[in-house]
This record gives sequence, C-alpha cells and structure tokens, in this order.
Amino acid sequence: MTGAREAVAVVVDPEIRVVTIDELGILRAVDEEPGTGRVVVTITPTYTGCPAMDVIRADIRRALAAAGHPDAEVRTVYHPAWSTDWISDTGRAKLAAAGIAPPAPRGDGTVVPLTLAVRCPRCGSPETTQISRFGSTACKALWRCGSCSEPFDHLKAL
Amino acid sequence: MSLDFTLAIGDDALVAAQRLGEWTSRAPEMEEDIALANIALDQLGAARLLLTYAGELEGAGRDEDDLAYLRGDREFRNCLLVELPNGDFGVTMAKLFFLAAYQSPLYTALAGCADERLAAVGAKARKESAYHLDHAALWVKRLGDGTEESHRRMQDAVDEVWPYVHELFAPDPAAPVDPSTLRADFDATVSAVLDEATLTRPETGWAPGGGRDGLHTEHLSYLLAEMQVLHRAHPGASW
Repeated sequence: MTGAREAVAVVVDPEIRVVTIDELGILRAVDEEPGTGRVVVTITPTYTGCPAMDVIRADIRRALAAAGHPDAEVRTVYHPAWSTDWISDTGRAKLAAAGIAPPAPRGDGTVVPLTLAVRCPRCGSPETTQISRFGSTACKALWRCGSCSEPFDHLKAL
Repeated sequence: MSLDFTLAIGDDALVAAQRLGEWTSRAPEMEEDIALANIALDQLGAARLLLTYAGELEGAGRDEDDLAYLRGDREFRNCLLVELPNGDFGVTMAKLFFLAAYQSPLYTALAGCADERLAAVGAKARKESAYHLDHAALWVKRLGDGTEESHRRMQDAVDEVWPYVHELFAPDPAAPVDPSTLRADFDATVSAVLDEATLTRPETGWAPGGGRDGLHTEHLSYLLAEMQVLHRAHPGASW
C-alpha cells in the first residue's frame, strides 16, 4: 500500500497526457480520514465545461484502488477558480517539451488578450501569430510559428 | 429571489450552448467551428453548475438533467435573445456579442455577491466570458469594418437582434445581482465596439420580453424538442 497522495499525484490529464493533474494544479488536496482509511480527493476543473473531468475522477479512483485505498471520494470545488498560474514549473517544462507553449503568468487577475510574444515550442522563435484563440481543447489556443511555419497549441492564460 | 435568478441565468447559458452547438461542422472556417464549439462548452459548463444549484434551491429533488431535459418551454426562464435562431454568421456574432457583453459584468458582479455558490460560479465563468466577449467583438469589428457587403450584413444583424437586449436588464432588486445595474457596463462595451466597427447603434424602440416569465418565442419549443428528445425517449439511460 502506497501513500494516497503519491498515488493520485501521478494521474495524468486525459487530454494532455504528458502532465499530471498535480502539475496542472487540478489536484487541490488529498486527505486520509484517520481510522477509517477513507480518502477524500479534492479537484478543481480548468474550465467549467471541461469534458475530461469524468475521466479524471474515474482515473483517480482507479489509482487509489490499485494503491490499496478502495474507499475513496472525489470532490469537485470551483472556488477559488483555477488559474494557469497554478501550473508547476515541471508542468510548464513538460508542456513545452510536448510542443504546447505554456501560458504566460497571468498577473493582476484580469484576463488580458495576449499580444505578448508566445515562443514557438519547437524552434523557440518569438515570431508567432495566433490562428484561433480556441483550440483542440477548452484550455488551448491555436498558434503558428513564422520562423519554422509549424502550427502549435498554446495553453491560454486564465 | 435566488431560485428564479439562478434558473434564469442557468437557462440563458444552456440555451445559448445548444444554439452555438448547431454551428458544429457548419462554421465558415475550421478554426471558427472549434471556437464556437468551445464557447458552447463553456456555456454548458456554467449551465450545469447553475441548474444543479437551482435544483437544490428548489428542494424538490430535481437535478441538472431533470431541469434541462424534463421541463417544457413555459418552465424555461431564459431570455429571448439566446433562443432566437442563429441566422447568418453575422446574426450569430451579434447575439454572442450582446450575450457576452451582458454575461461578463454579470459574472464579475456575481463573484462578489453574498451567495457563496453563485460567487464561485461567477469567479470561474467570468474568466471564460472575457474570452467570449473578446472573440465576438473581434468578429463584429472585422465584419463591420470589412467589405461593403459584410458591413451591410453586420449592421442588419445588430439591428435585428438589438430589441432583444433590453429584457436582460429588467430591474430585479431582490436578485443576488440586480440586472439593471449591469446596463451601464454593457452600453459602454457595446458603444466602443460598434464605433470601432463603423456600425451604428440602433435606436431603442420595440423591446420584447417575457422570457423570464416563461413566455417565449416559438423557436424555443423546437430547440427543446431537439435537445430533449433522446432523454425523454430513453428515460434513465446512461452510458
């Protein structure tokens, strides 16, 4: 039997499989009730309509069962609202390595349309343009690099 | 009171999601297809939270699915704006622009309201709404300040949809956020964007309403028929 926190922390995001829910900041808490061994996992969605949440809940339960914690509850909280600032440095590095430009720091709490350069995750060039602010998943926008001509995903600052 | 208000803004989001979803596979370009589907998904996400909460406030044991799929048109509290047909792309963008210019300050105000559940939804949804507003405003400007043809059609769309915006701001002092307090913010956003788009803001005259009382256009019944048919034909089915 391994620790509940360790077991849940390695669950990967079903739509961006290179990063874990812990690295993305989706995982908020893992609490073990003393005595009963019951595990309560608290998660928060990136976007309200994120369709990956059901899969994430199922994956968490499966990971806990495999680690010897069959009695588990997954709670979803919406406050405080998820922010891309919660993505860890490791998470950002993994996103970039997988060809997804990580979000810029969000800063002062308002959503600012990003005109700052987003670096191409393939060649590093800052000469990039946004093709569409909505991409293959709710959390991404579609960009293209002017230097290497490759299109790429960019995780939108939220 | 909170229940009527929660149901109203939840139904706004749900019906808007269903309408926007109709564009899937039909948008003028692939990026726009994805964008509209994403915005629809955000609206659906907000609708699920709001309808779940409305069900709890009602206290009759109804969940989000019961409220979405098992109510008739007279029981829906959405504004008329969201149930209007999509029309051409200009009409869709005019509708989305006005809706987002209303939802954005609405969710921001909700984030600071006394009701903790609504405040959490507001704090989450306002970030998404800011993107919707930005996207719709971009199209209104591009079409308005585009070719002679696109300008004409965008102006027609704004004129056609404008009468339906007034219902959104009907005063309700008992609501967690009185919608009439959002009007100034809405007007400022709309004026700035229309100016830049070289479009004329329509005169305010005819102002249809009734959505908040369950009195809808005939369009809602058809929309609900399509949205609800599967759930009603196979009660309790799951996958």
